[in-house]
Amino acid sequence: MKRIALIGMPNAGKSTLFNRMSGASAKVANWPGVTVDLLSAKLLIAGQMAEIVDLPGIYDLHGFSDDEQVVRHFLCNNAIDLVLIVANATQIDRQLTLALQLKSLGLPAVLLLNMADEAKQHGITIDTQHLGDELGYPTALFSAKYGQGYAGVYELIERELQSSQATPTLSLEHDFAVDQAVEDKLEQIIRNNVEVPVQAGNSTTEKIDKVMLHPWFGLPIFFTVMFLMFQAVYTIGAPLQDAMAWLLEGFRDIALAPVLSGLPPLLNSFLLEGVFDGVATVASFVPVIILFFLFMAIIEDSGYLSRAAFLMDALMTKMGLDGRSFVMLLMGFGCNVPAIMGTRTMRSRGLRLLTMMVIPFSLCSARLQVFVFMTTALFAPSQAPLVLFSLYLMTFAVVIITALLFKGQFNSQEPFALELPPYRFPTTKQMVLRGWHEIRHFLRRATKFITIGVVLVWILTHMPFGVEPASAASWSGWIGEFMSPVLSPAGINSELTVALIFGFVAKEIVIGALAVIYSLEGSSLMQGIAQQIDWVQAYSFMLFTLIYTPCLATVATLRAEAKSAWYTALAIVWPLTLAWTISTVFYQSARYLGF
Amino acid sequence: MTSLFRLSTLSPGQSATVQALHVDSGFQFRLNALGFRVGKSLELIRIGPFNGPLHIKLGNTEVMLRQQDAANIEVLM
Repeated sequence: MKRIALIGMPNAGKSTLFNRMSGASAKVANWPGVTVDLLSAKLLIAGQMAEIVDLPGIYDLHGFSDDEQVVRHFLCNNAIDLVLIVANATQIDRQLTLALQLKSLGLPAVLLLNMADEAKQHGITIDTQHLGDELGYPTALFSAKYGQGYAGVYELIERELQSSQATPTLSLEHDFAVDQAVEDKLEQIIRNNVEVPVQAGNSTTEKIDKVMLHPWFGLPIFFTVMFLMFQAVYTIGAPLQDAMAWLLEGFRDIALAPVLSGLPPLLNSFLLEGVFDGVATVASFVPVIILFFLFMAIIEDSGYLSRAAFLMDALMTKMGLDGRSFVMLLMGFGCNVPAIMGTRTMRSRGLRLLTMMVIPFSLCSARLQVFVFMTTALFAPSQAPLVLFSLYLMTFAVVIITALLFKGQFNSQEPFALELPPYRFPTTKQMVLRGWHEIRHFLRRATKFITIGVVLVWILTHMPFGVEPASAASWSGWIGEFMSPVLSPAGINSELTVALIFGFVAKEIVIGALAVIYSLEGSSLMQGIAQQIDWVQAYSFMLFTLIYTPCLATVATLRAEAKSAWYTALAIVWPLTLAWTISTVFYQSARYLGF
Repeated sequence: MTSLFRLSTLSPGQSATVQALHVDSGFQFRLNALGFRVGKSLELIRIGPFNGPLHIKLGNTEVMLRQQDAANIEVLM
């Protein structure tokens, strides 16, 4: 099988091309460093199977950050038939360096100049034919996002792949002493083949930045944008969740319950009140999650994340973090796992460890489900979105506490320079792909963790045989009683305790578990919980859920990235301690004040 | 008349030419790749809130760079 590798600088559009070629849905965003690991897909090209590998972006072959090491390691250990060098055509004057470095290594490659649309807007003209001849690599201009010129690119890849010979693996010990020669050659090729108008630049981006990066209004605008986004997710999402829950309830009552009614009572209860109610309650939040990720896709693709890094860098520095840490926290609002992996672009280990320590406090989409559920159940519709927003603010409060406390342990003064890409907007297709990607992600988790989780909860609440479900005599009752000296000061009752224990595996299980524990579903579950606990307990429970040990997948990622058992233990114990302390302080003070 | 300055001393709106990079080799490669090469001209667009990073434009590339790192780049005005 032939092997094709995509190589290029960060944010050049490698993953967008990878998705277009393979039909995959690798995550793309307008941020340098989205892809930090290898992604591969197999496809039929020129009549034979080929493996196409999407590599993290690399600024040059000297690369020294962890994501760049991934590229070097790949190049040194794999024979490659064809390299697709992806470069941003509007920045060809500096991105061509990588092509020249690869050329000096003798790799078979084609140069694909991406973002033809933007180059045209900027009035940049490139003589691709002549440039390719001078460089020694066939060259084409195209747009991976909109598809113009893609047919030509595909033909070029087919043709080159047929004639190319796999190179033996490389040794990158090569010291690039020839760098000055590379630079001279670069200047010459650009001078001969590229025309850039004197007043080059993206005036739209400049105008938007004048407002968004305003020295006084920039930060208030940023927080307003975030607030409006969460407000919109809640306002549009809550009714959608309600409708979804109604549909699932209808399915249960009309179709499922009659079919299962012939079964023995215990089995019936297991399937209906255990598996179905648990999974369906979690599934009713899928519309909220899709909606949330559509908003995230717009923000990530817009290039605003880099601006957030710019605006927040000075404040984050005071906490021992930097602007990139802040962006990873924002990405963590989607899912903590890719955000933790995203820290690979940082070179300093101290900075990476401190950033990875705070990312799990990011209110991820799984926790969002729990909070949408709880706030809808216990707060008036006008208050609920504000309560939700207060939890997002709580994320930052906990991050600040943690970072200030640990910054002495994880010190760093890493110099860094970050690109601020022009503002862009995702295509409808990209947004649909993103939504679909999230549904698949949910289904994978649903079939694994969520189903197993709710089944276990059902067993705990219904065993030993014959007990009143979830009563003090059941196993879950025992656990609740056992934990009660610890958690009752925080106002967390035994039912909520069992849900929290399972939330350690994945936060989605929390609401699934509550459905099973209360043997209720949909709106009746919300009413049932509202009768059992008051808002102070609910808020304390939400604080605990937000702060305590992240899900199993996050812990596993932390361990894999940090490669330290000591660090992993700290990343489990510290959030638990903090969650208990904050919940208890909140609960006791609220009670003391008479709430 | 021209004279040497640290990049961090520019005011927003001023342009200059890169003269020397006094940074470790790892960071120098990164800066080179982003377009900071001797002889290249750049413009300081703005400075981030709370005396934050510099927003610099080099050709068609816009970059943020912290003040302490910009202090190690010499420019000619």
